[in-house]
Amino acid sequence: MTDRPIKVLIAKPGLDGHDRGAKVLARGLRDEGFEVVYTGLRQTPEMIATAALQEDVDVVGLSILSGAHMTLVPRVTKLLTERGMDDVLVTVGGIIPDVDVEALREAGVAEVFGPGTTIGQVADFLRANARPRG
Amino acid sequence: MTADAGAKAAALADAAVAGDRLALARLLTAVENRSPIAEAALRSLFPMAGRAHLVGITGPPGSGKSTLVAALIAEARRAGRTVAVIAVDPSSPITGGALLGDRVRMQAYADDGDVFIRSMASRGHAGGLAPTSAAAAAVLDAAGFDLILIETVGTGQSEVEVAAAADTTVVVEAPEMGDEVQAIKAGLLEVADVVVVNKGDKPGAQRTASQLRAMLVATAPRDAGASSSGPRPKRPEVLITTAATGDGIPELLAALDRHRGLDRVGESTAARHTRAEAHVWAILAERLRERLHDDAHATATMALLDEVADHRTDPYTAADLLLGALRSDDA
Repeated sequence: MTDRPIKVLIAKPGLDGHDRGAKVLARGLRDEGFEVVYTGLRQTPEMIATAALQEDVDVVGLSILSGAHMTLVPRVTKLLTERGMDDVLVTVGGIIPDVDVEALREAGVAEVFGPGTTIGQVADFLRANARPRG
Repeated sequence: MTADAGAKAAALADAAVAGDRLALARLLTAVENRSPIAEAALRSLFPMAGRAHLVGITGPPGSGKSTLVAALIAEARRAGRTVAVIAVDPSSPITGGALLGDRVRMQAYADDGDVFIRSMASRGHAGGLAPTSAAAAAVLDAAGFDLILIETVGTGQSEVEVAAAADTTVVVEAPEMGDEVQAIKAGLLEVADVVVVNKGDKPGAQRTASQLRAMLVATAPRDAGASSSGPRPKRPEVLITTAATGDGIPELLAALDRHRGLDRVGESTAARHTRAEAHVWAILAERLRERLHDDAHATATMALLDEVADHRTDPYTAADLLLGALRSDDA
């Protein structure tokens, strides 16, 4: 059995239209050897959880620049847990105030990546912490 | 295979057939990774497959395959059918990574338990599909989906593999993609059961469809009759759709059903035979490869491959020697 590449869902929940960062990361992780499912803008938490389940991803990366992260992120992690996907690594990128990071971790987020994070840092973190399954 | 893998395979297969979507997703991962549980599960699921209508969707990059798939999902759901999608995008030949972007066009079904969409990276396979796409389709078939849409990577002229994996093959073209000479070249268009000129709202769609009809349908020989058993060119229907608005999609679904009707009557008993043969051949090749790399043969096999690489032995002789080595085992 060959090791498969780590499979990552990159999703943008909520209503902000700033998807450049998500696209750059999706492309960058592709170049790092990941299989990246990109789902585009304006995703509901339900859409993200469904996509994560059907694709059986190892990682869900959420990109949020709207300020709605404290509403949207816990809903995604809750849905993933309810659907038996609690072993999926969830990371968040975008504009997240420092004061919110601890609460997001408590909601099940493994890491928060702010501005200035390099693709290499994200890739290294995912390789170290995602558990390729199946 | 260990007893553990067998038990795990049985549990996953049972749950997937019973409607557990997480089990189905995990089974598809096992199939993609060719894990030991995948083979055990595929053995037990095979008798349950064969009921779904497998439709291949292929065509050049940007012709609108994913949008067309999304429109077909909507139409099939209106008709009360359950739908699964396998959407293949290319893997990087350099890093092995992939960007799987087909879901972007298929967003509307998150709350619909009767739609299941799975992206697959081609993982180095060159025929337009992933190496395990057909097996994944068999799993979805056994799980009870009525319609299974298999979307290939963007294809050029000769990636005809999907025709072997599907009951009905749709080739999607965009307007103004080439003249009549493109339509009479051998390859992709020859395997089409239905040709769709998508982006029908763009200038030139009617003319492109007319040219394709003229070249593919009017000039194809009529049915040579039952006495002729040789391969016959297909006479595909040529339709115009605008997938983004849904125009022409009911007609497309009707054309798919018509083709399936023909298919069932026996038009393509030969096609099903060809598919079964390709399936068994692929497994046989994999088995041969495994045996030639097992403990008893790996050293000799690698030495022989080195000789071929150095041009000391020709590949035909090497193949005969390898077959001979396996034959002497069996004697």
